[in-house]
Amino acid sequence: MNKTNRFENSFRDKAYIAYLTAGSEGIQNTIEAALALAEGGVNLLEIGVPFSDPIADGPVIQRAAQRALQKGTTLDTVLSMVENIRKYTNIPMILFSYYNPILARMHSSFLQDAKKAGVDGLLVVDCPLEESVELELQCLEQEIALIDVIAPSTTSERLKLIDTRAMSFQSFLYYACRKGTTGIQNALPADFSEKMQSIKSMTRAPVVVGFGIAHRELAEQVLEHADGVVVGSLFVKALEEGVSPDKLKVMAQTIYPERVVKK
Amino acid sequence: MNDYLSTKRGRYGKFGGTFIPELLVAPIQELEKAFNAAKNDKGFMESFYSLLKNYAGRPTPLTEVSRFAEAIQGPRIFLKREDLLHTGAHKLNNALGQCLLAKKMGKTRIIAETGAGQHGVATAAACAHLGLTCVVYMGSIDMERQAPNVLRMQLMGAKVVSVQQGSCTLKDAVNEALRDWAESFTNTHYCLGSALGPHPYPEMVGHFQSCIGEESHAQCTQDLGKNPDYVIACVGGGSNAIGIFSAFLNDPTVHLIGVEAGGHGTQLGEHAARFQANTRGVLHGCYTVVLQDEHGQIAETASISAGLDYPAVGPAHAHLSETKRVDYVAVSDKEALAAFKLLAQTEGIIPALESSHALAYLMKIAPTLEKDKIILVNLSGRGDKDLPQWMKG
Repeated sequence: MNKTNRFENSFRDKAYIAYLTAGSEGIQNTIEAALALAEGGVNLLEIGVPFSDPIADGPVIQRAAQRALQKGTTLDTVLSMVENIRKYTNIPMILFSYYNPILARMHSSFLQDAKKAGVDGLLVVDCPLEESVELELQCLEQEIALIDVIAPSTTSERLKLIDTRAMSFQSFLYYACRKGTTGIQNALPADFSEKMQSIKSMTRAPVVVGFGIAHRELAEQVLEHADGVVVGSLFVKALEEGVSPDKLKVMAQTIYPERVVKK
Repeated sequence: MNDYLSTKRGRYGKFGGTFIPELLVAPIQELEKAFNAAKNDKGFMESFYSLLKNYAGRPTPLTEVSRFAEAIQGPRIFLKREDLLHTGAHKLNNALGQCLLAKKMGKTRIIAETGAGQHGVATAAACAHLGLTCVVYMGSIDMERQAPNVLRMQLMGAKVVSVQQGSCTLKDAVNEALRDWAESFTNTHYCLGSALGPHPYPEMVGHFQSCIGEESHAQCTQDLGKNPDYVIACVGGGSNAIGIFSAFLNDPTVHLIGVEAGGHGTQLGEHAARFQANTRGVLHGCYTVVLQDEHGQIAETASISAGLDYPAVGPAHAHLSETKRVDYVAVSDKEALAAFKLLAQTEGIIPALESSHALAYLMKIAPTLEKDKIILVNLSGRGDKDLPQWMKG
């Protein structure tokens, strides 16, 4: 997927990744928020597909998914939203979803439609390596990167397999750096540096870090070891509280640790 | 192991699997390893059977209910009396097995989800007896409609956490338990109460519940000299059903019937009859038959019985339905209530509303059955907990 791989740009310096739950305050709001974040320095977007039973998410993203579903958001509205954003920016976008909404749309050329809309990658939270062999082949065919999460408890054997997949897609690894669910945290886990060094020594693909990153100092600490940082619940919560696109852009800039990023 | 329930990589045919976030992969693999060692460990299984006998009160009897049979113009009917098990339902078999396993694994804290409260009560009892800390997640609506069970759990030292997300019932309690486990697995075991979830849970729960079928099989052989012609059980997640069916799957002369909750209507959201819509999907770790809308969002369910009020069915049942070895049918809230009342009045046995679904289906077909047939119903639990619901009518 070399020619069309938009991830390369994101990792030229460090990647700054934002997560939004699609449609949490309406689709138009998500589009405006995405563009504001891109202006604020974000160079990779994770678009969350709302699901009724988000077992890996904490309260902020659970509520966002529920609001999005109440507003009638479906996988198809998410795809047309991506298409819309794609008109304005070349920023890489990955869909972040639970498996069931994807499965329900799989038989009607979901991956082709996603590619056409401008989706670059797919992360399926509850479809680990062992269950996604077939999905991987289909993603390879459509040139959509299938992105895996790694966790502090991931064994080195699995880590190597996951890294191999990431290399075949020329994508990256998403390190969920703590136990539990998504949310806003004040500090990194005590063993963060040690874990990151160990992960980096065993992998070739870039590693981005998420789960609880909510202010500049944390982002700076993360980027000392990682190739990118993911901010999610913080932005989702700000949108829930009715923050304007302009303010969201300023928020993104505030967290963006420039001294690390601009090497 | 019989042909229908042998799993490869946790699959029953195409159903089952391990659809979990990466964070849960390590604890699930740890559990799988421990369970595989334990089920082949004579010492472990002896401790388990000893608990079943001396703490839980196994074996449970088979009771012939001839006045009930007469009232519904049926043939000979026998009940497998899981309602007589300690804590009042079959759930204790599995709770004891898993808590014993957790202890062997060095876990000190147990979490569980509960719908009707029977699995919560069983887990609370097992934890008290084995000296483990117990936290039970329960939907706020279920806490209200099964209030007596909440008090029992609390009395036995469990902390009951009210879940107020989503539909505030069993599915949401499972979500919360999984979230807890993703953070706590180092010292905590998740004691899942039904034959669903990611591998190895469906197999493990089925294993710990297979005593129901083994005993029934031996009792039928001894008392009747033959297998029953029909075995009927209610199916929520499906643990009592898989427990009793497992001993009869390889005898094609035994007609097996699973009864789901038909609720109060046929629209999505008005029932929990998964096999009526028969759509497939992934929920709570496994690929199975699940109630959902066209966009893959999990549907809300409705049933007078909290224990059957769940949108997915265990993967073994999905496979048994697809291979047509078991018939899955549904009865309505009203029909279940009528059966609840009739068994109480004709036999002095108050069945759980869950088990009442199995009886209600039998009431429907009884007049059509030949009089020399033998029917075995798994009376999975007792109905004391359901009196508040009964009062509401």
